[in-house]
Amino acid sequence: MSQGSWRRAEMAQRIAFCGLGVATLIVVLPALGIIGVILAHGLGALSWDFVSTMPTQGMRAGGIFPAIVGTVELVALTVCFALPMGVLAAIYLTEYAADNWLTRLVRLAIINLSGVPSVVYGLFGLGLFVIFCRFGTSLLSGALTLAIMILPVIITASEEALRSVPKSFREVSVSLGASHWQTVRHTVLPLAIPGIMTGTILGISRAAGETAPLLFTVAAFYLPRLPHSLFDQAMALPYHLYVISTQIPNIPSAQRYGTALVLLLLVLSLNMLAVVLRSRFRRRRQW
Amino acid sequence: MAWERWRERGIESAIHLCGISSIGIVTLIFLFLLREGVTLFRTVPLWEFLAGDRWYPISEPPRFGILPLILGSVWVTVGAILLSVPMGIASALFIAEIATGWLKGALKIGVELLAAIPSIVLGFIGMTIVAPVVQRVFHLPTGLTALTGSLLLALMAMPTIVSMTEDALTAVPRGYREAALALGATRWQLMWRVLLPAARSGILAATMLGIGRVIGETMAVMMVTGNAGVIPHTMLRPVRTMTATIAAEMGETVRSSDHYYALFAIGIVLFIISFLINMLADLFLHQERT
Repeated sequence: MSQGSWRRAEMAQRIAFCGLGVATLIVVLPALGIIGVILAHGLGALSWDFVSTMPTQGMRAGGIFPAIVGTVELVALTVCFALPMGVLAAIYLTEYAADNWLTRLVRLAIINLSGVPSVVYGLFGLGLFVIFCRFGTSLLSGALTLAIMILPVIITASEEALRSVPKSFREVSVSLGASHWQTVRHTVLPLAIPGIMTGTILGISRAAGETAPLLFTVAAFYLPRLPHSLFDQAMALPYHLYVISTQIPNIPSAQRYGTALVLLLLVLSLNMLAVVLRSRFRRRRQW
Repeated sequence: MAWERWRERGIESAIHLCGISSIGIVTLIFLFLLREGVTLFRTVPLWEFLAGDRWYPISEPPRFGILPLILGSVWVTVGAILLSVPMGIASALFIAEIATGWLKGALKIGVELLAAIPSIVLGFIGMTIVAPVVQRVFHLPTGLTALTGSLLLALMAMPTIVSMTEDALTAVPRGYREAALALGATRWQLMWRVLLPAARSGILAATMLGIGRVIGETMAVMMVTGNAGVIPHTMLRPVRTMTATIAAEMGETVRSSDHYYALFAIGIVLFIISFLINMLADLFLHQERT
């Protein structure tokens, strides 16, 4: 290659790398910008009273306590449904499933579940849990709907964690006389737990931030008391943010930014927890 | 011992049941959408539903044409994808091939942060910050437009596109890189002429999933696109998407009315679209492996 064309290629590379760098900034900076704006406007509204008292004056003042409690209860219930089911499904796929059409079909189903729009999950929850099962708009209906929504997240993460356990561990266990299930239970599962936890936390964070599936299944517009049972309606943080930013005029913007900040802090700290867990697990792994 | 064996058999059947439950759930979702949605077609012919250009669900007589809603979704999606695909591929190249050390780690966390922001928070920011800017820049009567929706949805699609493209780039066999560099290619020539073509099917899959993410997005879109159910002619007008229509109107319908059934019928359309998109993406991914 001649000197000139080499120099031109070098120049092209420099320009291209600058372009790629700028594009990367355009992707990453908005995230920081959004978090920064919400922190800047929301921190002022944040106080112990804000997170621990009931809303007053038609949600124009007071705190967001019932929305926080609603979201926490909803998410806890969701995990109770989704975690066992997701982990068992992942165990099926990694330890039991033969490589046949049925397994292929299961995989297609999981891929599709992860792509179904959240509002369609809402419709499904309304049709099946609220109306058909007669659970009404309640914590139970909402949690079941969210559980189905985060099932693919938990299955995929658990499957990856189970697969990362080396095959030889299973062989040793079986050669010592353990049954198939004993091998899974005592050898494979314990080693996969950190990975499963990471996936579960990501699922939780998704469930905590999602609004559309709650619209018709659980959400109470304004309910200045805590839910008493599984069949009670409840407020939820994301839905509360939606209500006060679009449905009610003249809400002080501090209320809105404060709510957005609490939601964002909840979701982001869950994500960070998952990131930290994952990297610690990878560093400690010795095989 | 016998008790032990029974317990084991019980657990293993639970595992099998949960394993194949995904198939059951997908089927159930489709059946329940059909059950409620198909009732509409007793009064409104399918063709009038899909190609009718008026969505007036509560006027007398009501009109249930979802063409404006489909076009609304399409406009917002096309805009978002035109923005997010080039940006996403470019930053995947930067993160996978150029950045090293702490910069790489920090950028990856940045992308994960973006993915983690709930759509309602993005919608809120879109309403309070992006929409006024759009309004001022283009001198519009309102900043709640298809363009505003596209801008926000581009942000939501990017993490998917970046991380999947990154995976596709890292999966390119080592030999390809070494051969290109040995022939005297610059790193940029390697990326542009070797890595991108070699990762093509993975990038296509990433794009499909990005489209799927955008077309199914509900809350952010509902808050920033203005929700005008008319056939859009420019990006600078309010539009209304299929998802936003379901979310905004379901609360106001009477159960077992035509309007209620029509919203479920829109759900069927969305379900079928997302089904096709995911199948296509899966096809591209498998093509890569063989």
